[in-house]
Amino acid sequence: MSEKKQPILEIKNLTKQFEMKDGRKLTAVNNVSLKLYKGKCLGIVGESGCGKSTLANMIVHLEKPTSGSIIYDNEDISNLKGEKLRQNRKKLQMIFQDVSESFNPRMKVWKIISEPLLNFKLIDKNSAYKEAKKLLSIVGMSENFADRYPHQLSGGQRQRVAIATSLSLKPEIIICDEVTSALDVSIQKQVLSLLVNLQKENELSYIFIGHDLAVVKNISHRIAVMYLGQIVELINSCNLTTSACHPYTKALLSSVFSVKKSNNTKIEIIKGDPPRPSCIPPGCSFSSRCKKCMDICFKEKPSLKEIEKNHLVACHLFDE
Amino acid sequence: MISTSILNVNNVSIKYGKQTSVVKNVSIAVKSKEIVGIVGESGSGKSTLIRAVLGLLPVGGNVFSGDIVFKDKNLLKCSEREWREIRGSRIAMIFQDSGGFLTPIKKIGNQFVETIRSHFSVSKKEAYDKAVFMMKKMQLADAPSIMNSYPFQLSGGMKQRVAIAMAMAMEPELLLADEPTSALDVTVQAQVVKQMVELRKNFNTSIVIVTHNMGVAAYMCDKIGVMQEGKLVEWGTKDQVINNPKSKYTIKLLSAIPELEECNFVREEAAYTGD
Repeated sequence: MSEKKQPILEIKNLTKQFEMKDGRKLTAVNNVSLKLYKGKCLGIVGESGCGKSTLANMIVHLEKPTSGSIIYDNEDISNLKGEKLRQNRKKLQMIFQDVSESFNPRMKVWKIISEPLLNFKLIDKNSAYKEAKKLLSIVGMSENFADRYPHQLSGGQRQRVAIATSLSLKPEIIICDEVTSALDVSIQKQVLSLLVNLQKENELSYIFIGHDLAVVKNISHRIAVMYLGQIVELINSCNLTTSACHPYTKALLSSVFSVKKSNNTKIEIIKGDPPRPSCIPPGCSFSSRCKKCMDICFKEKPSLKEIEKNHLVACHLFDE
Repeated sequence: MISTSILNVNNVSIKYGKQTSVVKNVSIAVKSKEIVGIVGESGSGKSTLIRAVLGLLPVGGNVFSGDIVFKDKNLLKCSEREWREIRGSRIAMIFQDSGGFLTPIKKIGNQFVETIRSHFSVSKKEAYDKAVFMMKKMQLADAPSIMNSYPFQLSGGMKQRVAIAMAMAMEPELLLADEPTSALDVTVQAQVVKQMVELRKNFNTSIVIVTHNMGVAAYMCDKIGVMQEGKLVEWGTKDQVINNPKSKYTIKLLSAIPELEECNFVREEAAYTGD
C-alpha cells in the first residue's frame, strides 16, 4: 500500500488529574499519546495503579480528561456533549473485567444483549429476542442461553454475553479492560480466540488492557507499557521479547513464570513497590526501583524517543 | 510407614451437605522439606482439599471417607483442644486475600505480637523482635514502620508478605498456601514466590501450594498434582507433569497457557508501521 494509513483513533497528550481531599493533585495519566489503526489491536500493560483503566475510561467518556484530545475519525471527541456524545458511544464500546457487576441480575440474557439496540431504536421490541439469539450465536453460545439469568452462567459464558452486548451496536473500536483476568486459562484461551476471530471478520480495532504480559502479547500487534501514568515503552509485539529495552519492561518480562522453560527460568525481581501516584518522584518515575539508575534520572524526566523504527522508549540510558 | 512423610492424604472424599462430592478419592503424600503444588481450574476442589487438611471446611462441608494423617496423628479425629495446638504452630495457612483477615482497627505490630504470644509464652519484647526478624526475612524493608501501620496503609503485596511472615513466625512444619499470589501484580508475585522458596531453605518447612498458575507451580514445586472436577487426574514430579503429562486434561491445560515466546494469535505480517 502506498497511501499512508490514517489511525482510526488517536490520543494526543492526554492527561488526567484527580483532586485529593488535601488539595494535592494525583496525576493518574500523564501526557499519553497513542495511535490505533483499523483492524489492529493495541495492548496496554502495567501494574495496578499505573493508570491503564483511567486511560480506557477516558476514551469511552466515563472520565473527563483534564487536558489533551481524543481524535476519532478525524474528529475530536473529548468534548462531545448531549446527543452527539450518545451517538458516538455506538462506535466505541467497552468490555469490563467484572461483567457480572455490569449486568442487571434481574434481566434475562436476551434482554441484556438487546438493550443497547432498543436504546438506540435500531430494532423494535418484537425482533429483540430474535436479534439477541443471532448475537449469541456469533459468540458461539447456543440459543438456549437467551432465557437464562446472569447468575446461571459461568464466568466464561458471562464474558461472552458481554462481548455479544458490545458487538450489538456494530462498534468500530472495542476497549477490553482486563477481560480475561478473572477467567481460568482454558476459558481465557476460548475468549481470546473468539476476540481474534471477531476482529478478522469485522475489521474491529481493539485496545486490550491487561497485566499479564503473555496474554497481552499474544493478542496485540503493538504494546504500550505504562508505569505510573506514563508510557515508558512502545513496541511491536513480535519484538517484545527480543528487543524491549526499558528497564521496567525487562523487569516485567523477567517476572513472568514460564511453564515451558520452568527449569531454566531466571526470575529477576525488582525490589519494592511502585511509589504512590500522589507523590511521584521528580525525575524518572521508575528511578526508585531501577537497577541502572543514574544521577540524571533523579532530576530530569525522560521523554519518549524513537530508538529504532517503530520502537519508542522513555529512558535516559538511551539518550544520545 | 514412610518415616519422611509429613502429610498423608488417603482416599479423601469431601461433600457439602447432600450435594455430590466435591473431592473424590484423592490421595497425596507430602514429604519433609518438599514443596507440593495442586493446580486446577476454579471449581476443581483444590481449595476444599487444602482447607480440609486444616479442618477449616466451610459450614456443611465434611470429609465422609478417607483420612488425613499429619506425622502420626489422624487429623480427622482431633479434638478441639488438639486442633488448637496444631493450627498455627505446627500447620499454618495463608490465604489469597490476606488483607481480609488482618484486623482493620489494630496496628500490624499489635496483631503480630498477639499472634505469637497466643502460641508461645514469650514476653512482648521478645515477640516484637521475632516479628521484626521474620519481616526482614520476607524482604520487608523498614519493618518497624510497618509494625506501626494499620493494614489499610499497606499495599496488597506488603500485606501478603506480612501474612506469610506471621504464618512463618510460628515456624510450622507444614505451610498451606491457598492461591497466595493470585491477587498480586506480576512483579510482586515474583517477589513473594521467590521468598517462599527461600523459606524452605531457612526453616525446613514443607509447603503445599494451591494455585491456578501453572508457571508458578512449575517454578517452585517438587511435585505437582492436577485436579479436575474433584479428581486428582495427574500426580508426579514437576518434570513428569510438565514435560511428560499423561492425562489428557493436563495436556489441554498446558496448551492453553499463553507463552511469551509465541505469537499465537497475531502473526508476524501483522506488525504495522506508523507512529
